[in-house]
Amino acid sequence: MSFPWANEYTPTHPFMQWLDAKLPLPRFVYNAVGAGYPVPRNLNYFWNFGVLAGFCLVIQIVTGVILAMHYAANSDIAFASVEHIMRDVNWGWMMRYAHANGASAFFVVVYIHIFRGFFYGSYKAPREMIWLLGVVIFLLMMATAFMGYVLPWGQMSFWGAQVITGLFSAIPIVGNALHTWLLGGFAPDNAALNRFFSLHFLLPFVIVGLVILHIWALHIPGSSNPTGVEVKSESDTVPFHPYYTAKDGFGLGVFLVLYCALVFFFPNYLGHPDNYIPANPMQTPAHIVPEWYFWPFYAILRAFTQNFLFIPAKLMGVLAMFSAILMWFFLPWLDRSPVRSARYRPMYKWFLWVLVVDVVVLGYCGGSPAEEPFVMISQIAAIYYFLHFLVILPIVSSLERPEPLPFSITESVLGRDEQAALGVPA
Amino acid sequence: MFRKQPVFVRNLTPKEIAAAYAVPLSSLRDPQTLAERTKPGHENWLITMGVCTHLGCVPLGAAEGEPRGEFGGYFCPCHGSQYDTAARIRKGPAPKNLEVPDYKFTTPTSVTIG
Ligand code: HEM
Ligand code: FES
Repeated sequence: MSFPWANEYTPTHPFMQWLDAKLPLPRFVYNAVGAGYPVPRNLNYFWNFGVLAGFCLVIQIVTGVILAMHYAANSDIAFASVEHIMRDVNWGWMMRYAHANGASAFFVVVYIHIFRGFFYGSYKAPREMIWLLGVVIFLLMMATAFMGYVLPWGQMSFWGAQVITGLFSAIPIVGNALHTWLLGGFAPDNAALNRFFSLHFLLPFVIVGLVILHIWALHIPGSSNPTGVEVKSESDTVPFHPYYTAKDGFGLGVFLVLYCALVFFFPNYLGHPDNYIPANPMQTPAHIVPEWYFWPFYAILRAFTQNFLFIPAKLMGVLAMFSAILMWFFLPWLDRSPVRSARYRPMYKWFLWVLVVDVVVLGYCGGSPAEEPFVMISQIAAIYYFLHFLVILPIVSSLERPEPLPFSITESVLGRDEQAALGVPA
Repeated sequence: MFRKQPVFVRNLTPKEIAAAYAVPLSSLRDPQTLAERTKPGHENWLITMGVCTHLGCVPLGAAEGEPRGEFGGYFCPCHGSQYDTAARIRKGPAPKNLEVPDYKFTTPTSVTIG
């Protein structure tokens, strides 16, 4: 689980010795995030985002459990109960704003975390399992956030539920029956609201379980690092505590400043005013869009306006939207370059930045009305998105000539190895 | 309202009826004539669900002054599906015409849906 030079946990206090013999929980913590876990010495701030994501999950669970004490999952009073939280419950407004904006902050953090994986090739062997678990976590996060957004039972909640569950009606033959079964009715109503609440409460704890597996899988090879060169000797690593507890602590401080600025000064900036109108099954808001974190995928959904061969446009859009994320599952095998870090990959680096721009463009179109020119731009951007994974990536990984890699992490930090061996670890 | 979903009832003008018949069936994604979508003798009464067959929004065009799209029927603002004066899908991502629920005329001036 770790490198042979890891510090060994040696409790001195008799109580800790007793505890260690009965239930070695402190030992577990020491080896996971303490001085007993050696970590590459050259991690940059991109490596903060895993811990930040975990922190966001804790914020969501704590604020969510408190909201659930005051929220009523009944379509007649759900909207009123959220207003009750906002106006009558002590600090209720803060819990709700912290939770709603916490979801956005969570996605910002996770998108940066995923980008780190793309840039530094963290998805490559021996870390495929960490990556695959991460993609599953991301899918569950999307499901959780979607169902949470339905709970306040405003106009956006209702029509979001209608449109997103409508995706399932695209499935041939069983689609409509499945749609009715999922909703527990022909349209979103009390039955749907109740099951969404139940699942919205459950899924975060499933995510906690997967996060534990994610970190377990991480601790087998240990963290990668910005060079992508594996750890070779003790001089390549420093103990997690105090080095990375301090670095992560600093990052957490910066995160909290930005997050609090959002919660306390712009709490509705990312929301939609329409969601302060109670759900009305008779009228769709003029401009319905999902939350910003779904926009790129929503743009892909809407990019299909013509039937394609035998496949109706509606099914095509739904398939494309889901495949956009399914692509990620195959990433470790689509990118065959043995070099992990984009630092040493002159071609891949540029294509990756183009992909980032492409996703931002998709996001912009996804948040705009379904009109020209946005439809056409989404179509081009969606095609490029899939080209990147299915064509560009495999070709680039065989054509590209990577730049020379440093011999070791130590060499990349301190210069040539002989000198490094003389110096004390920085 | 039927099954907690809106129903559109529209009294078509002779011009709209003519426009619906002028479209060649082969050009339709979900080919149906206006006659198949209304009751004999009540061809001017177009009764459909107000639920877009794409992902279920309520299209615009049932009320005075709302946009009716390029084909003069209904326009769904969610992802841009456009329906014609027989509420048939003409453009955009929706696969089917607006659904015609089961209904019958109980008197010349009233219908029962379901
Ligand atoms: C993965 C973690 C989670 C995410 C991404 C998430 C996301 C969301 C979102 C986006 C909303 C809508 C907020 C709004 O527009 O007002 C929401 C509402 C809600 N969530 Fe969560 N949530 C998470 C965890 C939890 C947990 C663990 C609970 C409780 C056990 C919970 C309980 C609630 C309740 C009661 C509401 C409705 C009240 C409201 O609208 O403010 N959530 N959630
Ligand atoms: S729901 Fe009408 S176009 Fe998508």
